[in-house]
Amino acid sequence: MTSARLSSAEIARRVALDIPDGSYVNLGIGLPTLVANAVPPDREIIYHSENGILGIGPAPQPGEGDPELINAGKQYVTLLPGGCYVHHTDSFAIIRGGHLDVTVMGAFQVSASGDLANWATDDDALPPAVGGAMDLAVGAARVLVMMRHTTRDGRPKLLERCTYPLTASGVVGRVYTDLAVLDVTDEGFLVREMVPGLTRSELAAMTGARLRFAADNAVLQVD
Amino acid sequence: MIDKLVPSVDEAVKGIEDGATVLIGGFGFSGVPTALIDGLIEQGTRDLTIVTNNAGVGDTDVAALLRKRRVRKIVCSYPRSEGSVWFERLYKAGELELELIPQGTMSERMRAAGAGLGGFFTPTGADTQLARGKETRVLNGRLQVFETPLRGDVALIRAHQADRWGNLVYRSAARNFGPTMAMAAKLTVVEVQEVVELGALDPEAVITPGIFVDRVVCVGVAQ
Repeated sequence: MTSARLSSAEIARRVALDIPDGSYVNLGIGLPTLVANAVPPDREIIYHSENGILGIGPAPQPGEGDPELINAGKQYVTLLPGGCYVHHTDSFAIIRGGHLDVTVMGAFQVSASGDLANWATDDDALPPAVGGAMDLAVGAARVLVMMRHTTRDGRPKLLERCTYPLTASGVVGRVYTDLAVLDVTDEGFLVREMVPGLTRSELAAMTGARLRFAADNAVLQVD
Repeated sequence: MIDKLVPSVDEAVKGIEDGATVLIGGFGFSGVPTALIDGLIEQGTRDLTIVTNNAGVGDTDVAALLRKRRVRKIVCSYPRSEGSVWFERLYKAGELELELIPQGTMSERMRAAGAGLGGFFTPTGADTQLARGKETRVLNGRLQVFETPLRGDVALIRAHQADRWGNLVYRSAARNFGPTMAMAAKLTVVEVQEVVELGALDPEAVITPGIFVDRVVCVGVAQ
């Protein structure tokens, strides 16, 4: 394969392009938090954190963090002018009541029908933890997934059917990987963009579900 | 005269019985009622069911309750995090029962208890293994799961300021579960940084009205 996989920061830049000005957005723990740094500066986005923050600002300078002002990943954050706090039940009414325009989540697996598996694997040695993942997956108006196209050992994460326990079924709208941008449609995955140099058959070989390619299938570029 | 102020942490946690269900506020290290948890440990109460978002890290606070084998069951959304060694140790050894629930469902179940509801249907988790054994129904075209109220015998929470009527204001994201837990328990105990005169709190800014609060102890800044 002659194509280069995108870095995490590059995937984040591509996701950010699809978040419209004025959106209320929740970014999941891990990779998706990179999206906040990647949004074009002419867009005003209000970021929500499940622990009751609307209007998260940039990370504080090292040593200047307020120990009570943290995000869902327990990292120090700041509050933007105009930002506010809500209590937990209101915060989840924001999530579950359909008030968020977008959530960007990581995933272990996504199925061709938009099922999301991102809270548990089949590793029984690991005690379970779910947090707000199921709430976000069913509640946000649009669920975007940002992840590597394959696992560390090269197995596909985009599948006909998830093998890991589901977070929610039929919720994912679009998937951004280090190789492609794919929409979840009634007929399965539709490839919208691919990194330069990647062939359709190469992408298909790294995907565990049938792929269709958009007529206007484009080159996935982030600059 | 109404005076909910108590002079010591010992007084604040007095009468909490073995086997009680205790709601414990906090998200990560933000808003955790550390002094009240220490008081509960000191008092020797055991066989507890605790309801709290995280299972503690290191060996203090909630982790100390676990380490000292005071907890029979934990109701939690995200027990596993970096450093949650006591949770993982006891869970794997089969010495700790875990009821894992989505974070928004956990919060809403407590709100339902506080609001006198018989339960509610939600799509969150409805099509996942966390709904096993629960009633489901298709409502508004979507599969939903019935969730029951989650009531505490006791709530232990932390707020920023209180007056002698028990009116509370919080500080930044430390608010998190406080307002919901305060209304969901038979006995609500609050540790605060500061006690102010009646009338000193802006009535427009009171987040938890004193009707939901039974005892207040001033412990100063968070440990």
